[in-house]
Amino acid sequence: MKKIRQIIERMVKVMLTLSGSITSLAILLIIIFLFKEGFGLFNNPSVEKGYALCINASNPVEYLSPEQIKQIFDYEITTWDEVSGNREDIIPFRFDEIFSMYPEEEFGIDYELLPEKLGEVIVQNPNIIAYIPEQYLLRENASVKTLPQENIRVDNFFGGKEWLPTATPSPQFGVLPLIMGTLWVSFFAILIALPLGMGVAIYMSELAGTRIHKLLKPAIELLAGIPSVVYGFFGLVVLVPLVQKALSLPVGETAFAGSLILAIMALPTIITIAEDAMRGTPRAMREASLALGATRWQTIYKVIVPYASSGITAAVVLGIGRAIGETMAVLMVTGNAAVMPNSLFQSVRTIPATIAAELGEAPAGGAHYQSLFLLGCILFAITMLISVSAEFISKRQHNKGI
Amino acid sequence: MIQAKDINFYYGDFHALKSIDMEIETNTVTAFIGPSGCGKSTFLRLFNRMNELIDNTRLTGECLIDGQNIYHKSVQVDELRKKVGMVFQKPNPFPKSIFENVAYGLRVNDIRDKSYITQRVEESLKAAALWDEVKDKLKKSAFELSGGQQQRLCIARALAISPSVLLMDEPASALDPISTSKIEELIHSLKKDYTIVIVTHNMQQAARVSDKTGFFMLGELIEYDDTKKIFLKPEKEQTQNYITGRFG
Amino acid sequence: MNKRLKQKIAFAVFRILGLMVVGILFWILGFILYNGIGVVNWEFLITAPKEGMTAGGILPAIVGTLCLIAGSVIFAFPIGVMSAIYMNEYAGNGWIVRFIRIMTNNLGSIPSIVFGLFGMALFVNTLKFGDSILAGSCTLGLLVLPLIIRTTEEALKAIPDSFRTGSLALGASKLQTIRRVILPIAFPNIITGLILSIGRVSGETAPILFTVAAYFLPKLPNSIFDQVMALPYHLYVIATSGTDIEASRPIAYGTALVLIAIVLLMNLLATILRRYFGRKVKIN
Repeated sequence: MKKIRQIIERMVKVMLTLSGSITSLAILLIIIFLFKEGFGLFNNPSVEKGYALCINASNPVEYLSPEQIKQIFDYEITTWDEVSGNREDIIPFRFDEIFSMYPEEEFGIDYELLPEKLGEVIVQNPNIIAYIPEQYLLRENASVKTLPQENIRVDNFFGGKEWLPTATPSPQFGVLPLIMGTLWVSFFAILIALPLGMGVAIYMSELAGTRIHKLLKPAIELLAGIPSVVYGFFGLVVLVPLVQKALSLPVGETAFAGSLILAIMALPTIITIAEDAMRGTPRAMREASLALGATRWQTIYKVIVPYASSGITAAVVLGIGRAIGETMAVLMVTGNAAVMPNSLFQSVRTIPATIAAELGEAPAGGAHYQSLFLLGCILFAITMLISVSAEFISKRQHNKGI
Repeated sequence: MIQAKDINFYYGDFHALKSIDMEIETNTVTAFIGPSGCGKSTFLRLFNRMNELIDNTRLTGECLIDGQNIYHKSVQVDELRKKVGMVFQKPNPFPKSIFENVAYGLRVNDIRDKSYITQRVEESLKAAALWDEVKDKLKKSAFELSGGQQQRLCIARALAISPSVLLMDEPASALDPISTSKIEELIHSLKKDYTIVIVTHNMQQAARVSDKTGFFMLGELIEYDDTKKIFLKPEKEQTQNYITGRFG
Repeated sequence: MNKRLKQKIAFAVFRILGLMVVGILFWILGFILYNGIGVVNWEFLITAPKEGMTAGGILPAIVGTLCLIAGSVIFAFPIGVMSAIYMNEYAGNGWIVRFIRIMTNNLGSIPSIVFGLFGMALFVNTLKFGDSILAGSCTLGLLVLPLIIRTTEEALKAIPDSFRTGSLALGASKLQTIRRVILPIAFPNIITGLILSIGRVSGETAPILFTVAAYFLPKLPNSIFDQVMALPYHLYVIATSGTDIEASRPIAYGTALVLIAIVLLMNLLATILRRYFGRKVKIN
């Protein structure tokens, strides 16, 4: 009997230990999966996989950067001399245009003559740049030159100012506008939430009697419990029109509307942590100050707030973390234009909103899909940094006591 | 002069002080002794209305300082506390520099004259017998001082705003014997300028520093008289028992 | 300016701010209640959406959310509780516990959309669960794991050591002590954590976007490998991308109201439980 029990005890202990490691395991897996998928992006060619860019062999151009390719097909670069070629107009050519140039019969039954026709077009137009599937490429044609393929570069991703993941032939994965959009919205959210949250935290920890405190505390917990999609819905039907009317903007879906809703959502975090920090101020500090003839307000801003400053900083940091990671509410109210923000009253798009909006349409394994995972990595890294630094900051608070 | 008339004090339902009358002379040292929980600290904290910080308390009776009822509506509590300084059981300097700790009381009372503040800080530190030890490190954090020094800093801090009464709530209980004797010397030298009321559970200390002693038990003031008389020839048996260490 | 006047002004401002926060809460709740109360009735709760989600009810979404709640709780609750027991009763106070605690905190601070990404990569694509209740539940389970662990740990910590030593001194083994003494006392508080995580699960949208949620699926699920609709995602869909956004507005208000009602109910339940049992333990 006793032996069996011992075995059971040991088995349970193993199970408990395994369960204990689950969160660490989860984080490890998240890191592996996110980063594996995300960094796969840099193994992708800058032109969509399976496609090639061809020019006439007489064209002196040997290399085009992803940005130049995009601008050429957007008709922003129109002459070859802009990309160190001849003074000739560029003729961009997309694969499907071939079908309007020749009658269907000429491609053969299984399109076996298609490569030949493509070659013909390129040979006939010395200034052409053709975007065609690799499978239809005529390899042995000496008068067709295939431009070298280059992988998506890290600096293009982190330094790029354009986020056009579905552009052809050269999708643009410039993450700057998204990072800026995220920081922009979160920064102003905290700017709004901080004074409000601090005020309420001071009120709750220093002024409110137990009865009012007992009412306020659950109210703030409720505010924290409302699902973000409901905040988004509220923002969409109430705040967005309000912002539009009050500021007479063309559209209400702006960074400002996002900041407002995020501010409300970050409030509970800020209030709860800041209040705890201020409550943690030793009674002796308050009494010492009051006994010297200070008013309660003087005691608050000269003794309690400085004493709780690390806790308050941690509150702000965690509030920012909450704002940066928030997805649904922001997705619903900011308008989601992936452009570099230069005003609070224009539409912006954040990193989480981008993932939520685009992952559904990105084919699994493709460059677009991987770029969204890389965005996830950035988000993960930012929030990790925030949570670790908040921990570090509040630890300093504990060491401060006498 | 401090006069307490028929003081009753309640924490919720608990009757902590039971109809206490007492008169304390100006420029004397008065000690309150008694077993833990007897109400001596509560009584002390009535004189600067510190008990008001605790929820759900109630007071009846009158407490007059220099003839004025300090619980009267017209009295501003911060003005009162400026006049009645307090030193606590544990040293409780602010997490600021030594200088700022002493200057705090002046600053919160809207004194902005820098040279006056510097002068008061120096005077107070000298009065608290701390000046020589800290004059070269006024900008350093108060936490760098030893416990005894911190307590003298707290006394200096209380003196800086020139109170007339100084309340001390077991000021030496957290200190070592050498620091304690320094504090006791200090109390002696401060007597000529301040009315000092000190709570202590160290009877030798009460005997050494005070002119008058009040003995409290279970919320009542059992006996209040000259210190010599209390310790040599107490009138009440309870006092006798406590002094001779039979309980408490 | 007089320092007392300053105090008066400052305190007045704080009072107004405190009032404002409550005001914001009531504004949001009141707005949804006012607009949604007319829509929600029995019919609304038990019929499927009709006519491009501009009419009918939200039954599939409710059922879907219930499935996800059940699935994630079945997955996360036992593991979370066991993890907390390990940390509080077995692991001592060394670096292992500190490490696990940091990891748990970190997991709790990861944005929900990252859970969505991860769930898609691991459960949907790698483990080939597909878009299914199973994949969604696992993702949501991971999301609430830190919450369950933290509340359970607090519940265990609140039990004084004298209970443990008392039981051990009577010759009970560690496991017996946990099972017969510790868990029964901690039970109400552990359940509080469970209820809070149910509230959390029912409101999360981002993690289910790519792991389970269906845009429109009027039939109810047959197995754990089916896709389902879910309340929060349904609200998102009809608020932003339905076939006729204006016509489905009332449905959106109704959905939001039901969603909020679930969350409020869970919070209320947790608060009551905490108050009631909190008092009971104290008497002991």
